[in-house]
Amino acid sequence: MSVSELFKRTIGASGGGGKTFGVRSDLLERFGQTLSRDLRAKIGFSVVLLFGLAAVFAPMLAPYDPMAQEYGVLMAPDLTSAHPLGTDSFGRDLLARLMFGARISLAVGLGAVTFGAVLGILIGLVSGYYGGYVDDVLMRAVDVMWAFPWLLIAIMLVAIFGQGFWNVMVAVGFAYIDDFARLARGEVLSIREEEYTMAAKSVGLGDREIIFEEVFPNTVAPLIVQFTVFTARAILAESTLSFLGLGVKPTTPTWGALLGQGRGFITQAWWISIVPGIAIMVTVLGINLFGDALRDAFDVKETGET
Amino acid sequence: MSSSLPPNANAQQESNATASPTDGGDDPLLVVEDLHTTFSTDRGEVPAVDGVSFAIEEGEVFGVVGESGSGKSVTALSLLGLADGARVEADRVSFRDEDLLAKDERGLRAIRGNDISMIFQDPMSSLNPVMTVGEQIAEVVRHHNDIGESRSLFAELRRKYVTGTSESSASWERAVELLETVGIPDPGDRAHEYPHQLSGGMKQRVMIAQALAGDPDLIIADEPTTALDVTIEAQILNELLDLRDEFGVSIMLITHDLAVVRETCDRVAVMYAGELMETADAGTLFDDPRHPYTRGLINSIPRTDDDREWLDAIEGNVPDPTAKPSGCPFSDRCGAAFSLCGEPLVGYPAGKSGHRTWCHLYNDAVSRDGDEIDHVDEMKAKQHIEEYAAAADGVPYRPDFGSEYA
Repeated sequence: MSVSELFKRTIGASGGGGKTFGVRSDLLERFGQTLSRDLRAKIGFSVVLLFGLAAVFAPMLAPYDPMAQEYGVLMAPDLTSAHPLGTDSFGRDLLARLMFGARISLAVGLGAVTFGAVLGILIGLVSGYYGGYVDDVLMRAVDVMWAFPWLLIAIMLVAIFGQGFWNVMVAVGFAYIDDFARLARGEVLSIREEEYTMAAKSVGLGDREIIFEEVFPNTVAPLIVQFTVFTARAILAESTLSFLGLGVKPTTPTWGALLGQGRGFITQAWWISIVPGIAIMVTVLGINLFGDALRDAFDVKETGET
Repeated sequence: MSSSLPPNANAQQESNATASPTDGGDDPLLVVEDLHTTFSTDRGEVPAVDGVSFAIEEGEVFGVVGESGSGKSVTALSLLGLADGARVEADRVSFRDEDLLAKDERGLRAIRGNDISMIFQDPMSSLNPVMTVGEQIAEVVRHHNDIGESRSLFAELRRKYVTGTSESSASWERAVELLETVGIPDPGDRAHEYPHQLSGGMKQRVMIAQALAGDPDLIIADEPTTALDVTIEAQILNELLDLRDEFGVSIMLITHDLAVVRETCDRVAVMYAGELMETADAGTLFDDPRHPYTRGLINSIPRTDDDREWLDAIEGNVPDPTAKPSGCPFSDRCGAAFSLCGEPLVGYPAGKSGHRTWCHLYNDAVSRDGDEIDHVDEMKAKQHIEEYAAAADGVPYRPDFGSEYA
């Protein structure tokens, strides 16, 4: 049974204007089709699902308390010590720490990009649609943001507002506002000139309706790709901050912090930093592949069968 | 006023050169008097529409015909305040006694779609590719009719991105009904399709349905069939005529195709370089075309009974709008041009039964109030006509204006 059939069966989708759980079935169906067609989409989807579930259910699934120290097995290498991925220098279970770390890393990653995307896309839409002075002012402000290296801004923000989950999220996300603004604006510039925006005006729709209901839906495809690429980047960024000790909280397990803590023992116990490193890499790859699949599913123009 | 005015008094003088286009009786649906739409560009001021006056009656199909760049579309867009970046000035643009020019953007939005709506040339690009056609029509229905469905940004976004418009909602039902009205088979299913799944003719029907969604009194159709093939063209035009008969809606049909005009229009305005050349009943225009430009256009139509080896094309090109000839914009291409043609026409052509010709050869201008005015040198015009007639053998423009084309 193909994935799309499975999808259809599980959601009971029908053609036309059916809805599943209140969501337009055609979107779900297209997503199912993309999954069934594309191996990379399957891989991406599986990885995202796996890590997502691991993160969500970490408290139930983790074999040990991530904070519990076991002095008998410091830097234990493998299964022989009953710790699947070994333990760190304090004897804490790495798998448990990895799973709990996923909670923070994924949440900060997604949250940061969402923050950057919402603000950035708003700026880009308004700037691109109205043009003129509005455009000049907004885009010059974006240029200023763009001129600063993200890490400097993030360090500055964390230094000012202190460490913590939300602060790190905003600090990382701040750096993405300009990228989203530029991309959205560029898309809007071409869509603004399309005849359907004129047609929308001619039937009496106002600027707000045209921006959000006519223009924005046409910009989502590249924005989704951007979103997923940046989610991956944000996970790295959070890792970087944690690595530098500017992350959520020094004791909280996050992937970057794990990696950083293992750095000193890389010659004696390589797995302490390599394992979270692999987790970061696989997740980033998976999210990118997943993003491509999402874009295909959302792009009604490309699945043009009549 | 006399012909001694210098050519650079052109614009001022022309702004005086109109009179009420109404011939008494009921007030027309739309009255446009002396409309000027000017674009400011790097190369200077471009008068895209330069002193256009016309009126559209209720239930009438009013054709506006002209070459590309003659200002037809800009005229239409100016009426709705959609001519981006242009300066629109007019003595009067009134729709049902409402002054459209005095309205702000908000007021115009209430007019657009609700009273006047527009159909564009290319149905392929005039529909939003990422929304089902039903969604696009339902949106307009909700916009113009208070049917108790939330129009908040959140509600609209939820509809657009997540749930879609509910099939049982009044706006969706109305959308399906409209699709049926414009002759789309299986409207209930078709409403769920995306524009790319429909043929060109279907898309244009969807556009018409969308234009009807606000129950307008006037539909401006800007070359609605140019992008379609000929059989579909006929269907779409018939559809428009049916709508006129059914709902009494007036149609302003912009086209460059004289055959379309002949088939569908009640009255016609011929435009050239942003100015009116001639307005007449469609039948009259073809039986008795007066303006040399109109005659040139009609002569360039291929006919089945033709023994001409070559069609009579009009020599030359449309003038650069920044550097139009003074006086009549057609004078530099006109075979019948004479000494007066560099002077602007004074007054508004009186015309008989609405057949007005903006040409010195007709020289029947009256003032705005319909009073006689000092004509440009009438003797000169008459003399020219006679001289020209004498020497005109074999020349395509004949000021004797016999019934050779009847």
